[in-house]
Amino acid sequence: MGGEIIRMTGIVKNYFIGTPNELHILKGINLTVREGEFLSIVGASGSGKSTLMNMIGVLDRPTSGTYVLDGVPVSDMSDNAMSDVRNRKIGFVFQTFNLIPRSNALKNVELPMLYAGVDSRTRTRRAAELLEMVGMGDRMRHRPNELSGGQKQRVAIARALANDPPILLADEPTGALDSATGRMVMDLFHRVHRKDGKTVVLITHNPALAAETDRIVTLRDGEIVADVPGPGKAAV
Amino acid sequence: MFLKENILLAIDGLRSNKMRSFLTMLGIIIGIGAVIAIVSIGDALTASLNSTLSRLGTSNIYVYVSARDSDSSFGPSGKMDDADLISEEQIQTFAAKYAGEIGAVSYSETGENGKAQDGHRSANITVEGTNAGYGPVNNVKLTRGRFLNDRDVRDSRRVAVVSDRLVSNLFRAGEDPVGREIDVDTDSGAESYTVVGVYKYDPISVQGMEADKGKDTRTSLYVPVGLVKATAENQNYMQFVLSTKGVQDTQAFTDKVQRYFERLYAANGTYTCKTQSMESAITEWNQQLSVVSTAIAAIAAIALLVGGIGVMNIMLVSVTERTREIGTRKALGARSGYIRTQFIVEAVIICMIGGVLGVVLGLLLAWGGVSLMERQMPVPVPLVVSAPVILGSVGFSMLIGVFFGYYPARKASRLNPIDALRYE
Repeated sequence: MGGEIIRMTGIVKNYFIGTPNELHILKGINLTVREGEFLSIVGASGSGKSTLMNMIGVLDRPTSGTYVLDGVPVSDMSDNAMSDVRNRKIGFVFQTFNLIPRSNALKNVELPMLYAGVDSRTRTRRAAELLEMVGMGDRMRHRPNELSGGQKQRVAIARALANDPPILLADEPTGALDSATGRMVMDLFHRVHRKDGKTVVLITHNPALAAETDRIVTLRDGEIVADVPGPGKAAV
Repeated sequence: MFLKENILLAIDGLRSNKMRSFLTMLGIIIGIGAVIAIVSIGDALTASLNSTLSRLGTSNIYVYVSARDSDSSFGPSGKMDDADLISEEQIQTFAAKYAGEIGAVSYSETGENGKAQDGHRSANITVEGTNAGYGPVNNVKLTRGRFLNDRDVRDSRRVAVVSDRLVSNLFRAGEDPVGREIDVDTDSGAESYTVVGVYKYDPISVQGMEADKGKDTRTSLYVPVGLVKATAENQNYMQFVLSTKGVQDTQAFTDKVQRYFERLYAANGTYTCKTQSMESAITEWNQQLSVVSTAIAAIAAIALLVGGIGVMNIMLVSVTERTREIGTRKALGARSGYIRTQFIVEAVIICMIGGVLGVVLGLLLAWGGVSLMERQMPVPVPLVVSAPVILGSVGFSMLIGVFFGYYPARKASRLNPIDALRYE
């Protein structure tokens, strides 16, 4: 296992700051993730795990605290700088897939590379390779509405890997899938984790899925209440 | 920034929702179509009018009696007697004084309508009493014989110059009408004239403004003016026309003519003489026409504005509809500028396609309008397709896209990715 890829220190996130309704969503999160870890963040709804995911994914800025991602402090960046960091460092996989409806699978996978300024030929070649890798090589020209849920999620995973980011951030990736396709998607994460050595952060409320990971971080009321190795690891 | 991808994306989007795209464009299509149609028809009318007016003689100057308090360039109102009118003698004295500048003077008196008869055949005519200068000044084109000469006029001889229409109605093909006698019936009786010349009927010239009624068109029968004046109320003239020769500055000469006649009318408290050169009349006409077409084009521009607002409206709807897409793009690393460009390009493409379709529509309308006018008017109306106007219209519609696309695009680019991703 490599060095630190995520270091969060005293991350606080409040909403409606200064009003009587001020909400304290994250109450001082300290979280360090090492490169190549497969980590799950679990918690009931309202525990703050979505907000924490937005922080890890550099979609949001903390009210206070610092976040160093792959050696770079990102907590005070401009919007455009945050876009660039997301583009290079994070591969997002969403519960609802979030493919661009009017673009086919290939174009969807090309998108992060387009924003990274990769030339058209390289984009297409790499997108095709990634789609082959996730078993979607024969459906590259299909639009999202012509794909099943499991197929959409595989395209989304290929898209998340497009710029070869060090971190894969998955938010309930099997939440909208039946158990068989959910299994297939989880296998894909395991494969990416083992083969490419990616750091995978899985946000879920499903204890069974969390049990498959190396480390389980439990969130309650905006605080980390447990941080334990996964059952598989514990047994080792 | 990523222009090619954005253009392809926009076209993809338009194709996936053809009906809505078309309705969005409709405002631009109608606006640009209206502008193109109006400008093209206006240009065609101007060109047609100019060629028509110049055929009437651009070097001519009109001298006419007008009430002192009247602004109108058309005839005076109220009763006038010979003392208020210009006498033949005054015209001749004036013509003699400026013999170096004046080619010819023309004055005339319109007589009665009637029929030229020849046993069982007839032709509609208007008796027009003229002097000898009438022919050259008004560009009467002779096909046979001659126009009335000074002796015909001085002696009021019973001679006539007839139109080729009359000839074809009254004479057999190949017959020479010159030297023949024709009988003319009017309300006041029958007269006979010897034909001395035949002129080519020109529907645009002053002598035949009455609409062309096919074979039986009423044409002017030119006779010495004295014959018509014999039964006329006034012996003097309300107006006359002169053609200039070798005059460099028509306006200066026109002013000189006006001053000459103003002096003659100095003692007349009610009436005076005014002048207008054909040149200034053409300029005036063109100005009026361009004012009218500018005004109509401005109204058409309002249609364009409404079209632009329609585009903005649909773009705002589109931004709302695609909130999740925008959130996804931002999560994947799109900077705000990219999102903004994407939506502006989309608006510009909509407007550009609308503009091109509008140009096609406008040209079709202009072509239809011009064909219709050509049927009504005795002269050709050439459709002028002006490249700058077309390119300008398409360019302007693209500017509309930028202008009305900017606000929705900025709105899209400022969406917070978290809110956008959560948007249902």
